Amino acid sequence: MGELLINNAGVPVLAYQLVSLVMFFAGIYGFFTRRNLMMMLIAVELILNAADINFAVFNRYLFPGEMDGMFFALFTIAIAACETAVAIAIIINLYRNFGNADVDNLKNMKG
Amino acid sequence: MEYTLMLLLLPLATFVLLGLFSNKLNHKTSGMIGTGSLLMVALLSFYAAGEYFTTQKVDAVFQTLVPLNVPWLNMGAKQHIDMGILLDPISVMMLVVISTVSLMVHIYSLGYMKGEKGFQRYYAFLSLFTFSMMGLVLSTNIFQMYIFWELVGVSSYLLIGFYYTKPAAVAASKKAFIVTRFADMFFLIGILVLSYYTQTFDFGTLTSGNSAVFQEAASAKFLGASALVWAMALIFIGGAGKSAMFPLHIWLPDAMEGPTPVSALIHAATMVVAGVYLVARLFPIYVLFTPEVLQGIAYVGAFTSMFAALIAIVQTDIKRVLAFSTISQIGFMMVALGVSKLEGHEGLGYMASMFHLFTHAMFKALLFLGAGSVIHAVHSNEMENMGGLRKQMPITHLTFLTACLAIAGIPPFSGFFSKDEILSATYQYNTGLGIWMTLVAALTAFYMFRLYFSIFWGKEKQHTHPLHESPKSMTFPLIFLAIPTLLGGFVPFGQFVTADRAPYSIHMDWLVAVISVVVALEAIFIARKLYQHPDKKPVVPAALKGFHKAASHRFYVDEVYLFITKKILFNGISRAFTWFDRHVVDGFINGLATATDWFSIRIRVFQSGEIQWYAWVFLFGTLLITALILFV
Repeated sequence: MGELLINNAGVPVLAYQLVSLVMFFAGIYGFFTRRNLMMMLIAVELILNAADINFAVFNRYLFPGEMDGMFFALFTIAIAACETAVAIAIIINLYRNFGNADVDNLKNMKG
Repeated sequence: MEYTLMLLLLPLATFVLLGLFSNKLNHKTSGMIGTGSLLMVALLSFYAAGEYFTTQKVDAVFQTLVPLNVPWLNMGAKQHIDMGILLDPISVMMLVVISTVSLMVHIYSLGYMKGEKGFQRYYAFLSLFTFSMMGLVLSTNIFQMYIFWELVGVSSYLLIGFYYTKPAAVAASKKAFIVTRFADMFFLIGILVLSYYTQTFDFGTLTSGNSAVFQEAASAKFLGASALVWAMALIFIGGAGKSAMFPLHIWLPDAMEGPTPVSALIHAATMVVAGVYLVARLFPIYVLFTPEVLQGIAYVGAFTSMFAALIAIVQTDIKRVLAFSTISQIGFMMVALGVSKLEGHEGLGYMASMFHLFTHAMFKALLFLGAGSVIHAVHSNEMENMGGLRKQMPITHLTFLTACLAIAGIPPFSGFFSKDEILSATYQYNTGLGIWMTLVAALTAFYMFRLYFSIFWGKEKQHTHPLHESPKSMTFPLIFLAIPTLLGGFVPFGQFVTADRAPYSIHMDWLVAVISVVVALEAIFIARKLYQHPDKKPVVPAALKGFHKAASHRFYVDEVYLFITKKILFNGISRAFTWFDRHVVDGFINGLATATDWFSIRIRVFQSGEIQWYAWVFLFGTLLITALILFV
């Protein structure tokens, strides 16, 4: 672990990790506690972005010569954009039907 | 003689052509294609027969020729099924019979089937049949024969059910197929048993008379008989099914629902003698190694010929009379094979059987085609709608009379010679059997002339349309077939086809000949007295009423079959199987479904629809798996 703590640029990898960790658990917490679907969506985006940071960081520190992690992060951002578009479409439809964006309303869609 | 392969390929190609393009071709073209191809086949067969009988004789014995034999299926180290062509006196003789009758039927059908719906299909099936039958007689091994044997059965099924809108025809075609398939099951078992012990399918090895081949089969015992006896008996059952021997004869009379030319070709001249051909083909095995089975064949044949002749006397449908007559005549051939030995003069029965097969094919095809001509004019199969037709249909009348005289055994018609040889052979074997067969011959003469007088003499009936002779395409085959019927007896048959293949000069047994002719003439006179007069209607004597009724019902054999299948098989055995299927097999499957249903109702509460609950479950699941990976 020792060499991971210090790097040439001065910012230790652990710092990135801490940011990512905080974002991840903030996302998890938000996903479990929020009732509003928009807020849950934002929480999910937090989780995804936490993962993106990890991709970029590990690529930067472990395999400096390669770009795989970077591309993965870009790829995930694109996917996340699509997912958000779909999710928002669903949420808007729910809002039109129920007058709010409460996650409990989704129970009514059970078969 | 590799060109004999064309005998198979030509009809097959015709079948494919007519079958595929039946919608594109009109009636006339397809009829001409079928007939033209058959004409070539017939010419080729005659040429092959001529070449074979003139060149393939070494030391006065005809050689077996195998111009073609390709391994087709390899099964293990030793066994293999071949496809090939085998030429020997009986197969060449059959080639001539099949192609002649088939050609005549093709020509005849041009007139008889004119304008029928499905005319192209009819000719396609005829070609398929010709192909299969040629393949059957030319087979080099018993398995190849079995394959063609089934193909023949299929084409017979297709042609019996040609009028597929007629329920009776559909039922008859199914009956024919099922009964012969039932017999063929035994045939297949017989083949498998035989080949299991002998390690070969090849006719050449099997019929060489070499006892080493059968050593194992003869020593393996099963239920008190050797495996060889079982195998040969089972193979004969297959032959009995095709050749309509009692009690497997029930399909043949019903098969008359098919078009009449088909009856002439398949159910009189060629396919039904396949059983006789099979026994003749395997004759060396029967006579050398399983004489007890051969004796059984003789008795089955003798019983069947009498049985069928008795039924033929009372039938009113003219095609049915001919059908039972066919069964009876095939019985004759079986008897002749059954009483025969292999060598020299003791092989008389074999020669007589093949001779009778030859002459019978000609005159019985003629009889059927003549009957078809009558049916074509009268539009009925029933005797009571006929009478006095000799004036309107002179050609049909004369040719039919020729054939009747031949089958009745009146010299110098062909049937006299062949039947006389059979009778001599049976007298040599056993006087009782000889007398029995002479009685059958008398009955034959009686029922044939009952038929003849009822159709062509007797009271003229009123018809809604004027009767006239059939067109030339139909009368030509009648005249053509009348020639071998008239002169076939003078063919020196013993020079060509004998049990040991050495020439054999036929000696007339005068005593037997005189007795059989006298008896036949007597029978004809009785028939004349009863049926010729236009006004008199014969009454059944009181003493024979019961017999008449039983014979009219074909001695209730069909009823026995129905009883066995419906009452015993369906009610007894099938019920139990149905119960097992419904309750055990279905029960198990239903139980699975019920269990799944019950279980899913119990677990559906987990599917609450609350997304965050799912997320919790997912989270804890992930944590649990992580913990398991880390700490276990």
